[in-house]
Amino acid sequence: MAKIEVSNIYKIFGSRPQRWLDAARDGISREELLARSGHTLGLRDISLSIEEGSIYVIMGLSGSGKSTLIRHFNRLIEPTAGHIRVEDVDVMSLGMRELEQFRQRKMSMVFQRFGLFPHRSVLDNAAYGLKVQGVARKERQQRAQHWLEQVGLAGYEKQYPHQLSGGMQQRVGLARALATDAEILLMDEAFSALDPLIRREMQDQLLQLQSQLNKTIVFITHDLDEALRLGNRIAILKGGELVQEGTPEDILLAPADDYVQAFLQDVNRSRVLNAVHACNEPALSLTTRSRPVHAVERMAAHGLRFTPVLDGKRLFGVLTRESADRALMEGARDVSRYVEAMASVPASAGLDEVLGRMLHSTAPLAVTDENDEFVGVLSRRKVVELIRPTLPIEGEEPVVVVPQRSAA
Amino acid sequence: MFPEIIPPRDLRAPIDAFVGNIVNEYSGLLRAVTQPLLDLLIWMDVLLRESPWWLVILAVAVLAWLASRRIILPLAVSGLMLLLGVLGLWDASMQTLSIMIVAVILSVLIGVPIGILMASFKWLRSIMLPVLDIMQTMPSFVYLIPVVMLFNLGKIAAIIATVVYAVPPVIRLTDLGIRLVDSEVLEASRAFGANRTKQLFGVQLPLALPNIMAGINQTTMMALAMVVIASMIGVRGLGYEVLQGINRLQVGRGLLAGLGIVILAIVFDRITQALGRRYQHQNKEL
Repeated sequence: MAKIEVSNIYKIFGSRPQRWLDAARDGISREELLARSGHTLGLRDISLSIEEGSIYVIMGLSGSGKSTLIRHFNRLIEPTAGHIRVEDVDVMSLGMRELEQFRQRKMSMVFQRFGLFPHRSVLDNAAYGLKVQGVARKERQQRAQHWLEQVGLAGYEKQYPHQLSGGMQQRVGLARALATDAEILLMDEAFSALDPLIRREMQDQLLQLQSQLNKTIVFITHDLDEALRLGNRIAILKGGELVQEGTPEDILLAPADDYVQAFLQDVNRSRVLNAVHACNEPALSLTTRSRPVHAVERMAAHGLRFTPVLDGKRLFGVLTRESADRALMEGARDVSRYVEAMASVPASAGLDEVLGRMLHSTAPLAVTDENDEFVGVLSRRKVVELIRPTLPIEGEEPVVVVPQRSAA
Repeated sequence: MFPEIIPPRDLRAPIDAFVGNIVNEYSGLLRAVTQPLLDLLIWMDVLLRESPWWLVILAVAVLAWLASRRIILPLAVSGLMLLLGVLGLWDASMQTLSIMIVAVILSVLIGVPIGILMASFKWLRSIMLPVLDIMQTMPSFVYLIPVVMLFNLGKIAAIIATVVYAVPPVIRLTDLGIRLVDSEVLEASRAFGANRTKQLFGVQLPLALPNIMAGINQTTMMALAMVVIASMIGVRGLGYEVLQGINRLQVGRGLLAGLGIVILAIVFDRITQALGRRYQHQNKEL
């Protein structure tokens, strides 16, 4: 069952949002709504289902409604219409007190500009959630201390936030969020204010913590690289609407529209996509016990210069046309002695690594999975297509992508 | 000449009648209600004037040290207080000081909650802002008349006039300070499930404190400015000395008493400012 389930969320900002709800349902455009009523359409008909233990990334440019959406999960912002469920709790039905309880126990949040309390020490900041819960001073300091150590801030307890660097401040924010042991972590552009190196470090740390803690994390970002790196699933918002939702590969390989495509322009695809995306199911594969005559016939039929040879499910090597002919002439019983070694890359190898191997030798490359089983043969053409999808490739219609950056 | 549309007498008469009516009907009640305040004023007056002078100076010096945590301020403040005594203004200064302290305490007790409410309710702010403008610009004599009618000449009337005149800065700056609290910090406390009380006392007030302290500082300065006027309705103290200097054309008397007011102002100002700076420093922006 999904950990967080939101359905048909609408959010209209303005003095009388309910009046314009029907218009929003009927698909009035953002601009028209603003011109006619002075109301801003924040979110339109958003439905998401977030699995337990996953990192779910919500992505979009500024103004796309992503920060508004994440604040609906703990009702820091009230939806104009729609349902929010967390496990079996209907969040919309909670009263004031229950909602406070719910925020204390179920969800914690990390903020873009950290949101630390400047008048409290690092330790007291980290212990804040526990303090609100009413945990006794000694215990909450102990637990806060533990989490500060986890994020690598041991020794800074007595400092004040302004004495720390940005990355360290956000670590305090992270420790504060983790200290309450909430199962759900909401991260609103948590790493966007940090410089690239620190950001990368924080991403690694988050992934490492997540592998131990297995929380449900909702992560907001405007950076696709970050989204692809962290996300088990990604939702892309544009102008308050959900444009595409899926796994990182889904989005990279089949962008839903120009907006998503424009996002993909800047991304370092070779780091996200890996060898398995660029391999071809071989038209033909032989086994070590294939007879030479059979091999030659089949290769001729398919017009192949070489074909992989398997031993069971594992890669044995490659048989070239010449070797097959030689085997036939020498009257060998099977092709096994004529098979040459074939280089292989693991399925999980990034395309950048694959590209390096391809440039070093023109020999065919096989792709094998984690059990060393044969997956396919790497297609040089596919590698190039995946890395530079906009590059016109000989014999194909050039794919033209106009980068669009609407300021919506 | 602008044509006379309503005779001035017709406008004034109902107001006079209204106030007269209140005085007749309610002055007894109002006096009973304000009796505790009067007791407080008298207690403070006795406390400051009966205490040995060195004890008062020591107390002020300790306050100065608590506010600044430096040795210079207590020394300077003690020196100034000694100067008051040397100039022969000790008793008058203590009378003024006692009224000042009560006026500032009252202003804070009234001003801070109003400021908090203004920051949370937009409609209240739109009502209060013009009211504050009126309080600050209306010549104080105008409201001294009904206040004196209600409470007679004396300390109560003086303290009410002083508070009316001095409370606006602390209200304004409390309101401003709370509205200036970083929205993300406040949001963080909401996200962790803090209720209104915890948000107010745990986040908003501590972060607004530098501004509130600046407001209190302004309020003390304005209250001091009021002492001369308050002396006209029968409050003794430094203001009364100034008034006598005017009445008797004694420049020296007036000047020295004026100097006393300035000295008290400096003492108050430096202590509250030092306190404000310490909070400011603690809250230094991220």
